Amino acid sequence: MHELTMNPIISLVPWVVFFPIIGLLLNLLFGRRWGEKGTGLVASLAAAASFALSAALAAQLARTPEAVTVHLLDWIKVGDFQVGWNFRVDTLAVTMMLVVSGVGTLIHIYAVGYMHSDVRHNGDPGRYTRFFVFFNLFIAAMLVLVTADNYLMLFVGWEGVGLCSYLLIGFWFEKGAEGIANARAAKKAFVVNRIGDFGLLVALFLLFWNFGSLDFKVIFEQAPALATAAPWVLTAVTLLMLLGVTGKSAQLPLYVWLPDAMAGPTPVSALIHAATMVTAGVYLIARSSPLYLQVPLAQSAVMWVGALTAFFAATIAVGQYDIKRVLAYSTISQLGFMVAAVGMGAFVAGMFHLVTHAFFKALLFLAAGSVILGMEHGQAHGQHSKGAHDEGSLDPQDMRYMGGLQGRMKLTFWVYLIGALALAGIAPLAGFFSKDEILLAALLKSPVVFAILLSSAFLTAFYMGRQIFMVFFGKPRSEAAAHAVENPPIITIPLAALAVLSILGGGLNLPGIYTLEHWLEHTLEYSLKVSFAVPVALASLLLALAGLLTAWWVYGRRVMPAVDGDPLTRSLGWLFRALHNKWWVDEVYHVLFVSSYQRLANFLASPFDTRVIDGIANGLGNVTVRAAAAFRRIESGFVRSYALVMLFGAAAILAFLIWR
Amino acid sequence: MMPLMYYVGLSAIMFVLGIIGVLVRRNALVVFMSLELMFNAANLLFVAFSAYFQIITGQIFVFFVMTVAAAEVAVGLALMVEIFRTKHSIDLDQMSEMKG
Repeated sequence: MHELTMNPIISLVPWVVFFPIIGLLLNLLFGRRWGEKGTGLVASLAAAASFALSAALAAQLARTPEAVTVHLLDWIKVGDFQVGWNFRVDTLAVTMMLVVSGVGTLIHIYAVGYMHSDVRHNGDPGRYTRFFVFFNLFIAAMLVLVTADNYLMLFVGWEGVGLCSYLLIGFWFEKGAEGIANARAAKKAFVVNRIGDFGLLVALFLLFWNFGSLDFKVIFEQAPALATAAPWVLTAVTLLMLLGVTGKSAQLPLYVWLPDAMAGPTPVSALIHAATMVTAGVYLIARSSPLYLQVPLAQSAVMWVGALTAFFAATIAVGQYDIKRVLAYSTISQLGFMVAAVGMGAFVAGMFHLVTHAFFKALLFLAAGSVILGMEHGQAHGQHSKGAHDEGSLDPQDMRYMGGLQGRMKLTFWVYLIGALALAGIAPLAGFFSKDEILLAALLKSPVVFAILLSSAFLTAFYMGRQIFMVFFGKPRSEAAAHAVENPPIITIPLAALAVLSILGGGLNLPGIYTLEHWLEHTLEYSLKVSFAVPVALASLLLALAGLLTAWWVYGRRVMPAVDGDPLTRSLGWLFRALHNKWWVDEVYHVLFVSSYQRLANFLASPFDTRVIDGIANGLGNVTVRAAAAFRRIESGFVRSYALVMLFGAAAILAFLIWR
Repeated sequence: MMPLMYYVGLSAIMFVLGIIGVLVRRNALVVFMSLELMFNAANLLFVAFSAYFQIITGQIFVFFVMTVAAAEVAVGLALMVEIFRTKHSIDLDQMSEMKG
């Protein structure tokens, strides 16, 4: 597309990245002076400006839906190889931009209120500005990722969001168990993501080696030719990309960082670890669909990884007590659904679930944050009225201490219920339609995967029902829950907005109309088409209801006593212990990888480095000393012997000059 | 006019005598004198060839050699005096304190 014919709105696309960067620079320079209100306003406005521009781009694309590349600047020019900071404006990128900046804006607004309390609860109000600087940086990095026109810029964004994730997980880096747990969680996220990013990086090397370019257009055009010429290359590339996806999108076997990432403040969990960053892997596969479509092996690998993750994480979610950890495992499970969908070739279904999941999971996390704030207020109130009380040590995120919150936090309860029902897949809400499409696609591809996903859907409904009943029904099981208070409008308004989106989100791709499918058709050449089937929809709906009913049977029927035990402990026994301990995956990983790595590091440090490496260095030194000792005999100090040597030297030179 | 080879022969003898003097004598003053002998052997050759080829350059060069030699002797003798003051000797073989 030539510069001259480019639409003026489209050519503004770099500003979606510039707005958040301007926001973070302003806050970096003046944030302290402007105070909390100013900081929050600037950061939210920066995100909102990106959203407004994304919406304008979407409107423009609705008229002329062709993909447009906007060249901003050259980055690398070596011979024929060129990488520029180019923006790709097509329907897929704009969909992601809308989700990132839209949900991002709402979470920014929520964070203005949430962080106000959080920095006081944690005792360092000075960090308020820092939070919003990181938040804007994340929005910028994520938008770089989704607007990239080549794999290298995508990788820049990919690493940028990873950095922000690390910074924000470790936001309270001196807090947590033993004062180091949060820092450990951040480190774990970073290290595990490095493993995945290594895969993505090698995939990029292979792409560069075989195509001589990293531009999407060049690679996708030549992919079919390469698939016939050297099939193993694309197999390796797609499988290595899958490794990157398992890291970033928290799939088996690299999902372990995401539950620990809940150490970050709740808006971070909502924005980065539920709605946007973790979906980057799904976006990567959807974007690379021309590559994956050439390699059926990689497609089925993606599908199985997704399906197994969906089920595995859903089982763990059943056994967790921490309100955010349940949601974290639920996120892993839902990401499994998306990854399975894009693995089946149902790219539209995967993207659809990505969008709706962003709505309702952000809603759930923010509502959980609202619950936590309410509990913290209740806790403070309890301490205030009764003086020093041993409940000061209770964890405000532990669902065992909640209960009966529906009367005290009405709005939070209703939006939480909407989010939970949307996630469980109850009929008119967003999650029903998107999950249904994935299930339909699974039925077309593989009955086993269909069964796995269906049982995951049942578990999803069960653990969300469990959460609702444990948190909001029954009697308060602690002083804090009894005195919990609803939060101010700055927190509840974004919740209401997300609740509306969670209700209406299904309208994006209603059966029969398929708006999103026709919208993405312009970018995705192929996507598995599914048509709405009543039996499947009915089955998934009934299973979801059955899950909720089971949850009511276990948790809602009787008033839960104020004890630590979960009713399932008695009925499931060791199985529940296994679920509660996350199938001991962290421990197994620790034995297999962490401790063996530490042993290797210790071996390299103490015998190898001190003996071998130091031996080489000291040996070289000794050799030099000995050689010098031998040579110094020549230096006799007798001037006349020096003169003799000079004479011989001069004679030798002369002889050489004469007889050469 | 004497043949050129006479001058060359005399110069060679002087040069070799100078070398032997430098190598075998331990008295620094004698070594200096032997050095002067080697300089003058070279000077003699310059002058002889200059006269033989009728080129004035060689004779000009001799003046430079003489000046530089004079300067060198001045520096050398000053050193020698200083060494004699500390060591009470100008034996070259005693000046070997910087040996390895």
